[in-house]
Amino acid sequence: MNSSNLDINHFNILGGLSVQKQSDSDYVIALAGNPNVGKSTIFNALTGMKQHTGNWPGKTVENVQGYYKLNEQGYVLVDIPGSYSLMARSAEEEAARDFICFGNPDAVIVVCDATSLQRNLNLVLQIIETGKRTVVCVNLLDEANQRKIELNLELLEKRLGVPVVGTTARSNQGLGQLMNTLADSLTESAPESIIEYPEYVQQSIAKLAPLIKPYTGNHLSAEWVAARLLDGDQSFYQSLTDFLGLDLKEQTAVKNTLKEIKNNFRKSGITQLEVEDAMAEVFVLKSIEIFQGVVKEPAIPSDKRDRKLDKLFTSKTTGFPIMFLLLLLVFWITISGANVPSAILAKALFGLEDWLANAAITIGVPTILIDMLIHGVFNVVAWVVSVMLPPMAIFFPMFTLLEDFGYLPRVAFNLDRIFKSCDACGKQALTMCMGFGCNAVGVTGSKIIDSPRERLIAIITNNFVPCNGRFPILISIISIFLVGSAVGSLNTFFGALILVTTILFGVGMTFLISKILSMTVLKGVPSSFTLELPPYRKPQVGKVIVRSIIDRTLKVLGRAIIAAAPAGLIIWILNNLQMGNTTLLNSITNLFDPFGKALGMDGAIIIGFILGMPANEIVMPIIIMIYSAQSGLIELEGAALGQLLIQNGWTWVTAISTLLFTLMHWPCATTLLTIRKETQSSKWTVISFLVPTLAGIIITFLFNSAVSLFL
Amino acid sequence: MIENKSLSELVPGSKAIITGLCAEGGIRRRLQDLGFVEGSQVDCVNVSPLGDPTAYRISNTIIALRHEDADTIKVRVIQS
Ligand SMILES: Nc1nc2c(ncn2[C@@H]2O[C@H](COP(=O)(O)OP(=O)(O)OP(=O)(O)O)[C@@H](O)[C@H]2O)c(=O)[nH]1
Ligand SMILES: [Mg+2]
Repeated sequence: MNSSNLDINHFNILGGLSVQKQSDSDYVIALAGNPNVGKSTIFNALTGMKQHTGNWPGKTVENVQGYYKLNEQGYVLVDIPGSYSLMARSAEEEAARDFICFGNPDAVIVVCDATSLQRNLNLVLQIIETGKRTVVCVNLLDEANQRKIELNLELLEKRLGVPVVGTTARSNQGLGQLMNTLADSLTESAPESIIEYPEYVQQSIAKLAPLIKPYTGNHLSAEWVAARLLDGDQSFYQSLTDFLGLDLKEQTAVKNTLKEIKNNFRKSGITQLEVEDAMAEVFVLKSIEIFQGVVKEPAIPSDKRDRKLDKLFTSKTTGFPIMFLLLLLVFWITISGANVPSAILAKALFGLEDWLANAAITIGVPTILIDMLIHGVFNVVAWVVSVMLPPMAIFFPMFTLLEDFGYLPRVAFNLDRIFKSCDACGKQALTMCMGFGCNAVGVTGSKIIDSPRERLIAIITNNFVPCNGRFPILISIISIFLVGSAVGSLNTFFGALILVTTILFGVGMTFLISKILSMTVLKGVPSSFTLELPPYRKPQVGKVIVRSIIDRTLKVLGRAIIAAAPAGLIIWILNNLQMGNTTLLNSITNLFDPFGKALGMDGAIIIGFILGMPANEIVMPIIIMIYSAQSGLIELEGAALGQLLIQNGWTWVTAISTLLFTLMHWPCATTLLTIRKETQSSKWTVISFLVPTLAGIIITFLFNSAVSLFL
Repeated sequence: MIENKSLSELVPGSKAIITGLCAEGGIRRRLQDLGFVEGSQVDCVNVSPLGDPTAYRISNTIIALRHEDADTIKVRVIQS
């Protein structure tokens, strides 16, 4: 492979990925396809990795690589974002297109949904046209079966001219055959495009291709590039220019011929729009032609059950009430389920703390070290684990069940009208759902939003959804302070109600701020919107529980502990350094006290939020630690915690102010770094910091002013 | 009875054949890629609780479109 002066390594970085081969003979294989067809499921099964899967379109938003070995041959598999077409409309589709077209994969596996093969073929045909080696993987055969859809894959293979393999990725069926077929296909020559454009387009391509060939060499099909010059996709052209390192349309021969072609079109009365339409339609028509005979489906659409469920989840009368009840149910179960394990964990861990301290004393460890490491560091970690672990371990599996069932796109469908009136995009609802898990993930996920303006709105406002690091703060304040510490189902129900109200307040703020942004720094009108509503799927309960506890809960907890340990150390040191007649910790809390008091809180709470920057999970443990350090207490649990807060001047006003500030303050460090990476702009990062912070300050201030007016 | 309407006028349960597309810019190609081309059948299946967007069945998948976008798709109703 050698042609013009192309620097291949440069392109592999496209789409944020630099391919890492373990040996030079490794093949690079892209896993492409429509959204939500099971690409990541296949990728995970083959590479043993744990990419996000779930039942809604748009989970994978970046190219990710993994390794697979078959008969001594290594394969770098690349899981890429789903896309309907190589004509990309959003950042994540561009990443997919750039990798397929310019990432130099040795072959592309195009994963298709067996239940909607006709639409999937459109992308298959586009990818075959690029001249890449292609293997078609018809996945979800089990669902096709259920819906009485019969497929003749041999005929499909014959018609497409590329290998076709049927799979059911979720139960690991057909994947071995897929990889064997792929291995065989790599020794064969690349496929020929079977797309036939109208005669006048074909002739133009024939004229352009030889002129383009010197620039593209063997890396790109010249005919395919010629066709793209005719259908005029801007974002594609930009990537092509980056790839070639030159502006193809400005090269004399190409430029003149292109001009001549356009002139001829004009003379024959053919408009650019007609050319583009014709070039789009041949793909759809060819898909229909291939589809007929390959697929036999029942005359009446076989999605009755799905439509019934849609009636339930998205109708005028039941859509919103069910959304509210589901939210309430999830948090009710979380709160009531977390109560007891939290108490048990706390007892065990604080017991362990005493035991460790005693053991350390017996073996003669200096008291200062015991104080610092065991009553400082270990104590905060123990708080983090006992407060955070149970709610996360209950919430994540329930959320994942809803996700795998297919409920999330229905939320976007229900809420889109409101986003539209805020000049934003309904898919923002999906990024908010991701924000419940982690705001940084929500920010990255906003790539699925087509319009850059609406995407920025989603990024800036994502922080108004409390992430898993924050809702346990909410839960602990609500359960220790607002509903009393007694465990009773009425109390926990009431707690869940307050929590859901708080979350809905955050959702309301999201709408309000989105609207304000649309009227000020991000002016614009809502753009076009297409949202696919996938079929409902029965979640694999066992897998979901394992996946969400092991992969998510423990990972997040690990991050929190890493942040908690140094914070514990800092507080211990501050508390043990004297400054004048008081400790440094006291002086610092005093410094922040006036600011905190103006917002209904105090200096210790503000320091909790500041030290909680690396991970919000540690905010509450830090506040508790500051209070107990200042009052000389070392450990407490359950009811005593409420007393500690009251001793330190907490009233219901403090509790609500802290709830509000938890919901609205600066994004955590990880989220800010992610925003920087996604927006590539310090300006938007600063704005994303300021917007929720100012909102929190203003709202808590207004709340306290209102309270002091009435009380 | 043959009737020319835009897709946005369809009510749930009705079926139509696409007769033309007036969308402009990138969304035009996206709609085509999703199967909204002349001659294809499209069914209106569901309206969201606040009246917009609406879900349509096209090429055996369900796609929700906002009123403005559905407006750009011209159809001939075959069953209302
Ligand atoms: N019944 C069934 N479900 C499957 C199969 N393969 C995948 N799924 C489910 O389909 C959903 C989507 O799978 P993913 O692997 O996340 O799809 P994807 O193509 O990576 O999706 P995006 O990254 O969003 O484009 C998940 O809920 C999977 O569990 C299959 O063969 N049968
Ligand atoms: Mg994926």
